[in-house]
Amino acid sequence: MSGAQNQPTGLRYPSNKKTIYDRNLNRTKNAELSRAAFAYLFVEMISYAQQRVRGIADLEKRLNNQGYPLGLRLLDLLLSRSSNPLSSIRPTRILPLLQFIAQTLWRHLFGRPADALERSESDASQFMLYDNEPLVNQYISLPREMSQLNCAAFVAGIIEGVCDGAGFATEGVSAHSVAEQEGGASAGGGMWPGKTVFLIKFKQEVLEREEILGRGGG
Amino acid sequence: MVVFALFIISKAGGLIYNREFHSGLSKLTSNDYLMLAGSFHGMHAITKQLCPAMPAPVNPSSTAAVLAPSPFSGRPSGLEVLESTHFRMQCFQTLTGTKFLLFTEPQQPNIDSMMRKIYELYADFVMKNPFYTVEMPIRCEKFDRGLDGFVKVRS
Repeated sequence: MSGAQNQPTGLRYPSNKKTIYDRNLNRTKNAELSRAAFAYLFVEMISYAQQRVRGIADLEKRLNNQGYPLGLRLLDLLLSRSSNPLSSIRPTRILPLLQFIAQTLWRHLFGRPADALERSESDASQFMLYDNEPLVNQYISLPREMSQLNCAAFVAGIIEGVCDGAGFATEGVSAHSVAEQEGGASAGGGMWPGKTVFLIKFKQEVLEREEILGRGGG
Repeated sequence: MVVFALFIISKAGGLIYNREFHSGLSKLTSNDYLMLAGSFHGMHAITKQLCPAMPAPVNPSSTAAVLAPSPFSGRPSGLEVLESTHFRMQCFQTLTGTKFLLFTEPQQPNIDSMMRKIYELYADFVMKNPFYTVEMPIRCEKFDRGLDGFVKVRS
């Protein structure tokens, strides 16, 4: 123990020698985090991403990159946690994958399922996932000159990580605010002023595979 | 029950938020508001010095309950309430030195709980907002909306 502490390695051992890998996977299954602690952490993450950034698209890209590794890991964690061995298989079709994101992932991250899931009518490779009130944006008021920004780009990064980890290559996942009305704050902002849509666009090869799988299964 | 206005004064004495909920106070120019905030800041500092010697019992002028449990309970608080025939001004100073001034009718009850709620809204929607710089004027849409909702429900 003392030897490990003296070495300047990045890995630190707690005094009982139990690292995070020795813990039961399900131990933190129902653990909850302080929302305020997350809010302050997210403030710092955004300030960090804002350094030397050129434009809003660049900032969203950085937030997206911060979320991506989380998604890769969450996919494995959530699947290995489920007690039913059948449901711990990775999703191989688009719909089960999106269901997994909208239900399991959303419940794990935000304590509730996503509000709606739609397929784009104009573009078959595009899916829309709606969240009426993203938790990450709860305390954020955007300054006027950055009204294009949506900090849920971080969550979009998580989604992208999950899709990529499951073998569904995407052209990118992006978060956009849904402009429901024109009134602005004075009109009360509609029912959900912070409503956000996550656009998930899969690559062509994913759709081709989906089609082949569909034929094989049918 | 009428709440006239809310001022927030930074710890350096600058006016960083000024909001009128109900007309009734006479209009001033924005420069006058800034001067008012600066003068109050100075006056508050002086009243702090006027406090009697440390072991003295409760300061007779500060009958209002202390809003936040202070770790320095013996520390003089400075001016807290100012009353006139037409309005009552309540001042609440946070531990970091930011001051909230609430102008209400003289008969307004429950100012303490109101102040606490406003402080909570400030902590949530201003301090947890990544695009707010400390000590700078507050321009946060959600804070405005939260205050509106809260004050309108009350009055």
